[in-house]
Amino acid sequence: MNKPIWASWPLALALICALYPVFPVFDEYFFRAAGRSLGEQMPTMFIFAILALALNVVVGNVGLLHLGIAAFFGIGAYVTGILTVPAYPFEVGFPIALVAGTLFAAAIGGLIGIPTLRLRGDYLALVTLGFGEVVRYTLRNLDAITAGTRGLNPVPPPKIPGIAVDWLMDYRPFYYLAFLFLVGTYLILYRLEKSKLGRAWIAIREDELAATCMGLNVTRLKLAAFVFAAGLAGMAGCLYASRMTSTVGPDAYDFNRSIFLLCCLILGGLGSRNGVLFGVFMLYGFDNILSPILDDLIQVHNGTPRPYPVTLFGSKLVTLPANMFTFSGWRLIVFGLVLILVMRYRPEGLFPSDRVKEEVHPGGTGNGGAA
Amino acid sequence: MIPMTLFAESFDWNNLTQQAVNGLTIGSLFALIALGYTMVYGIVELINFAHGDLFMLGAFLAWTILSWFGLDKSEALKAASTFTLLAPLVLAFLVVPVFCAALNYSVDRTVYKPLRNAPKLAPLVSAIGVSFVFMGVGLFWGGPQDVNFPDVIGALERKAVGEEPPTSAADKTGSDDAKKEKPKSRNLLGPNSKVELTVKHVLILGVTIPLMIALTWFVKLTNLGKAMRATAQNPTAAKLMGINTDKVIGATFAIGGMLAGFGSIVYGLTINTISYQMGFQNGLYAFTAAVLGGIGNIPGAVLGGLVIGLVRSLGSAYVGETWTSALVFVVLIVILVFRPSGLLGARIREKV
Repeated sequence: MNKPIWASWPLALALICALYPVFPVFDEYFFRAAGRSLGEQMPTMFIFAILALALNVVVGNVGLLHLGIAAFFGIGAYVTGILTVPAYPFEVGFPIALVAGTLFAAAIGGLIGIPTLRLRGDYLALVTLGFGEVVRYTLRNLDAITAGTRGLNPVPPPKIPGIAVDWLMDYRPFYYLAFLFLVGTYLILYRLEKSKLGRAWIAIREDELAATCMGLNVTRLKLAAFVFAAGLAGMAGCLYASRMTSTVGPDAYDFNRSIFLLCCLILGGLGSRNGVLFGVFMLYGFDNILSPILDDLIQVHNGTPRPYPVTLFGSKLVTLPANMFTFSGWRLIVFGLVLILVMRYRPEGLFPSDRVKEEVHPGGTGNGGAA
Repeated sequence: MIPMTLFAESFDWNNLTQQAVNGLTIGSLFALIALGYTMVYGIVELINFAHGDLFMLGAFLAWTILSWFGLDKSEALKAASTFTLLAPLVLAFLVVPVFCAALNYSVDRTVYKPLRNAPKLAPLVSAIGVSFVFMGVGLFWGGPQDVNFPDVIGALERKAVGEEPPTSAADKTGSDDAKKEKPKSRNLLGPNSKVELTVKHVLILGVTIPLMIALTWFVKLTNLGKAMRATAQNPTAAKLMGINTDKVIGATFAIGGMLAGFGSIVYGLTINTISYQMGFQNGLYAFTAAVLGGIGNIPGAVLGGLVIGLVRSLGSAYVGETWTSALVFVVLIVILVFRPSGLLGARIREKV
């Protein structure tokens, strides 16, 4: 199978990401130009990339609509919080918390998956959505355990034995930690897709009935994907809590987070790892890097945004609100339009995998195997 | 922690009845929104995520209409005569449902119609997109904070009875979860009755029940209703029988939107707090109601709405206010696990 030329861009991007902190001049330049450090933002983006890759296993590879991935992310973060903050007697440190968070999230994934995975597509979507909300409300209400909306803190930095670096002031150690986890996840998923399990998942996505007839145990395979994604999301949550030095609060793991990740998947291309990374890069970049910078620029040029009354023949018609004149005020509308337009004109996403491309444009340029 | 009221020695039956009345009333409102979900799903198998946000936009339009007449200020509300209270209200009841119907119809034409033959995920994701756009519009319209919806019903009631308005109505900054606000209006069952039934209860029931009856009549007895049922059963066969399925689908979206429009005014008038986020929360309840009853099934949506309303009000009375939302979804998950196609839904074999 000859890869198209752009297939090597993930490698190039990985190299850029790996080398970026080595030359502090880049970050200094960015800081001077935009007033904030790009390097500080990147680790969080890597963590969301891991989360998106986890979601991609369920939605992209197996074809189940999962609307509650943020719940598992939150479970991982809170397990880490409980195991590491000084308020609890455990204080086990990063590696053990990481393993515990991953396993616990996976176990919860199994518990919720076993009874619900035989539901039809839309019902499953709703159950995952509902589960996400249940987790969020539980985290908020169990004030004695989770500290309610305040979140557990401080989560200590991930001290790894044998490495002495300043985790708090310097962004680079965590940058490389998150980056290593992302690369590891990517490679594992790459191998997994080629394995028997990965191919079985794709068979289910293509045609569940045919897969059953070929002797695949569809329910068990779906459960495997669900648990695997839950575990990965839990791991990402653990990294997130360490990065934020706090579990932030239940609302960081709400439906909007799940939908944000789904948007990344759809924009980049469902089922395509590179596409998913690209989607996270675009949307997270838009949200946390581009839009604050543009907001600052607007503020510098136009001053603080204030309501603007529109008059018609001398009488006041409407008052345009202040947030209309900020860039971030348009966030929801931009996100919505991106989803609508991508679905309308490029439902396979911007960087689809070969197989999906073949499905959407049969007999086209895609050189994947016959569906 | 869970209060042990359920196991108290003297069980308060009046409270239970009161909560049931509240629950069934708010439940009939959820049912009205749920009908919009279930009708659309029944015909095009699309979870219309934007429906809740359409409901939100309807509430904002009603608020704007009432504000045009100056009713958003409490002095104006006090000073207004019965006519100046009633006229804007009637106008809102005429304009908002038409607006919601037209909006829902045009969204179907522009966004969902080109995706009729696309994979199932495509229209669903588009619906999420539409929901985001609506929320963004609502954010511009009403701002990020909660908005006070003028208490026209309370003012009208005081006009009719001639009482001094209660002064405690100023503080209304509750979150969108605080639906179970105690009505301050007069009890219609007499001042000594232990169970309270207010004008607002009657308003909700007086709007929702006739609409549900009208919808049932429409779907069962008119030609368009028959065409809808045929399209829901088998779109291809319906087309072969000469039914213009595109028109039928458009009509379904319009009717669903209209019901959401009516629901939104009633919601604003009874809850008195609206915000750009209310669409998500209420839409989720309504959608849960639709699924609970068996999605695609009209009586099912009504039953589901009532059940959700009951679970919410009884849950907040006996389990705790903060747990109600979680409780609703737990009930949903449990019901779906044991009856995967809802309470009244028929078992559907997956089409091959």
